[in-house]
Amino acid sequence: MKTCLVVDDSKVIRKVARHILETLEFTVSEAGDGREALDACMASPPDVILLDWNMPVMSGMDFLRALRESDVPTRPKVVFCTTENGMAYIRAAIEAGADEYVMKPFDRDTLESKLQIVGLA
Amino acid sequence: MMGATAKPAPSAAHSVLAALLEARTGQQIASHRAWRLDTELTPLLRARGLETLDELVAQFLSGHDGQVADRIVEALLNGETSFFRDAGTFDLIDQAIGGEGRVRLWSAGCATGQEPLSLAMMFAERPGSSAASMPEIVATDVSESALARARAGRYTQFEVQRGLPVRRLMHWFEGNDAEWTVSADLLRHVSYRRMNLVVDPAPAGQFDMVLCRNVLLYLAAPYKRTVFAKIAAALRPGGFLVLGAGETVIGQTGLFHPSARYRGLYERTAAPVERSRAA
Repeated sequence: MKTCLVVDDSKVIRKVARHILETLEFTVSEAGDGREALDACMASPPDVILLDWNMPVMSGMDFLRALRESDVPTRPKVVFCTTENGMAYIRAAIEAGADEYVMKPFDRDTLESKLQIVGLA
Repeated sequence: MMGATAKPAPSAAHSVLAALLEARTGQQIASHRAWRLDTELTPLLRARGLETLDELVAQFLSGHDGQVADRIVEALLNGETSFFRDAGTFDLIDQAIGGEGRVRLWSAGCATGQEPLSLAMMFAERPGSSAASMPEIVATDVSESALARARAGRYTQFEVQRGLPVRRLMHWFEGNDAEWTVSADLLRHVSYRRMNLVVDPAPAGQFDMVLCRNVLLYLAAPYKRTVFAKIAAALRPGGFLVLGAGETVIGQTGLFHPSARYRGLYERTAAPVERSRAA
């Protein structure tokens, strides 16, 4: 089964994303900030990470840079999932190494489409 | 005795509305899907201050409002589409359409334009692509409102996130949040025209490929035959027909057969049908 780590400081968003991802047959784990997510990736890297931008402790961008510089044994796909919906943010995320970008609010079709694009749905 | 969960039989209003849609577009609504009429027409009822489909039908039959029939038909057309819908089909099209000569493509039933724009992106991204090597893309639909949106090239946040990789969004679109506008450079390669596939003549000239995806499944058999003949006449020899992922020509028409070279595409079988007869 494919695995997804949902990284978001909002419990509600994590719950909604988990529900959708489980209907897409993902095994889902959660983290509330970038530091927790980095620890989770070092322990067991998922196939894909759904990543919020603004979070306490470590932001999505800081997490992404740290992940790309880390020695995590496999390279998870990273899909930003954020309310930062301007082109400048999208460009910055892709240049920092994100594979895809989801603009909130999202629905099942959007998430499924983006996961298909990165080869995971 | 009718079970508690059984759907009610279509009413007289349902029958009138379904007949109107079929007369205008050839599209059918099966009786077991009559609930679609209630769902799709609710916004129109609200906009006109009406409470029931019977009242809407009364307005239509009174003949006092020339626009009500247009509004009903527009509301009932299925405009479901997305960028690069069934992505594998676009890989197949890319393989089947060579780079030699000026290619002509017809997107029949283009709705709000995501399909022809996906084609334009794909060809524009080919190595060595230039304005001269871009195909001529003719896109037709029966819905004026869908075509108005397609011509404007503006899409919602949800629409640009369905099927469109973010790198293509960055390259071909401008905007943020709610509204995204496709590049004028891309949009100019698509020529949009209103066309009722059943009754209007096909666009002039011959095409290398016709995409008619998820359209024919809504048509009654006699209308399907008319449309297949029209498409066959519009294809140049060796040209291809592309249908939706769940559609086939088998058992539908003798004018096309599955392509042996490109599984999933269809090639013309019979000699060209005369345009005047097809139309």
